[in-house]
Amino acid sequence: MNARRRSVVFGAMAAAFGIGTAGAYVAAESAQPKEKVIKITAKRFAYAPGHVTVKKSVPLVFELTSLDVLMGFSLPDFNMRADMVPGKVTRLRLVPDKAGTFVFLCDIFCGSGHEEMSGKLTVVD
Amino acid sequence: MANAIDRRDFLKLTAISGLGVVFASALPGMARAAAQDEFYFVQLSDTHWGFEGPPNPDAKGTLKKAVAAVNSLEREPDFIVFTGDLTHTTDSPVERRRRMSEFREIVKDLKAKTVRFMPGEHDASLDNGKAFQEFFGATHYTFDHKGVHFIVLDNVSDPRAQLGDAQLTWLAADLRQQKQDAPIVVFTHRPLFDLVPQWDWATRDGAKAVDLLLPYKNVTVFYGHIHQEHHHMTGHIAHHAAKGLMFPLPAPGSQPNRAPLPWDPAEPYKGLGFREIDAEVEEAEYNITEYPAVKKA
Repeated sequence: MNARRRSVVFGAMAAAFGIGTAGAYVAAESAQPKEKVIKITAKRFAYAPGHVTVKKSVPLVFELTSLDVLMGFSLPDFNMRADMVPGKVTRLRLVPDKAGTFVFLCDIFCGSGHEEMSGKLTVVD
Repeated sequence: MANAIDRRDFLKLTAISGLGVVFASALPGMARAAAQDEFYFVQLSDTHWGFEGPPNPDAKGTLKKAVAAVNSLEREPDFIVFTGDLTHTTDSPVERRRRMSEFREIVKDLKAKTVRFMPGEHDASLDNGKAFQEFFGATHYTFDHKGVHFIVLDNVSDPRAQLGDAQLTWLAADLRQQKQDAPIVVFTHRPLFDLVPQWDWATRDGAKAVDLLLPYKNVTVFYGHIHQEHHHMTGHIAHHAAKGLMFPLPAPGSQPNRAPLPWDPAEPYKGLGFREIDAEVEEAEYNITEYPAVKKA
């Protein structure tokens, strides 16, 4: 469907339901909660913050970076991961669909404290 | 072979009497292509030479005691294999090589015609296996012994804990040379399956290796990394983890983190050990006997 066709369809729907374009736009915004940005840094051998609490169903974007060496950010319970690269921000999006406390951990071997390098993500209802 | 029958009886006896732990990995689809000898080999793992800390007050002595215990076995094994983490990690390339040199010096006293090595992430992940290769050679390879095809896989030289496409292609090409009922044994450091990904007890692309192995009827995997005896099946493929020789780790997923279990002065060396594996090639069967790290006086 091209842009012109989409515009025509939207206009027809707005007319049918008796709403204006501006009202439809606001409704769409409120139905799609804004992403919550969570910045996490990694430095051998810890994450900061090490414990993050979020709300279920609220979209998140993790902004990940390493302060020293290449690290990993793995959330096995949500089957997702990303590299944490020094000097670069990596974004990882998640809409948590279950409540609980879940481990995130470094999955790129980074040295003698690698085994202890983990954090917690708590998702509340 | 009278000796072999006696040996089986001995294994049964130890299982019944509690003198040792025997796990029979009886594999479906027997390999009967040709009459082959029975033999046995010894697996040692996770010696972490260079580690220091309360989990093992005898960090400098345990490996030497284990070498003595292996040398006191009734028969000399056909070969010995170390399934990784020979040394404990260090940031210093000089110290890494010093630890590897010391380790090699200690294990040269092992009584066996052949001793084979493979890396763990502590040996290889910080330099992509460079120092390991200088001391011990290739990080992945194959060899054949008395009718069994052995494949050594490296899932640690890439710090991302993966085999990588090149090694998977190499594995696929090697397997194409094997008959579907060939007895195949895989040695690797990390589990090839997702044991506890929350503890990094996994191989990122391990499932691809398992998929390549699944068409073969007689495959058994021996690995290390988790510092304890553990047995798991992926389809018909048995995976057997070995104890370590520096500190034991908690049971998979049993607590929030995977910190070493504390040393127990009442039972020193508890949880540390090595194993012998009796291969009965015609039956494609592997009997495992676990031994403590230190031979009791």
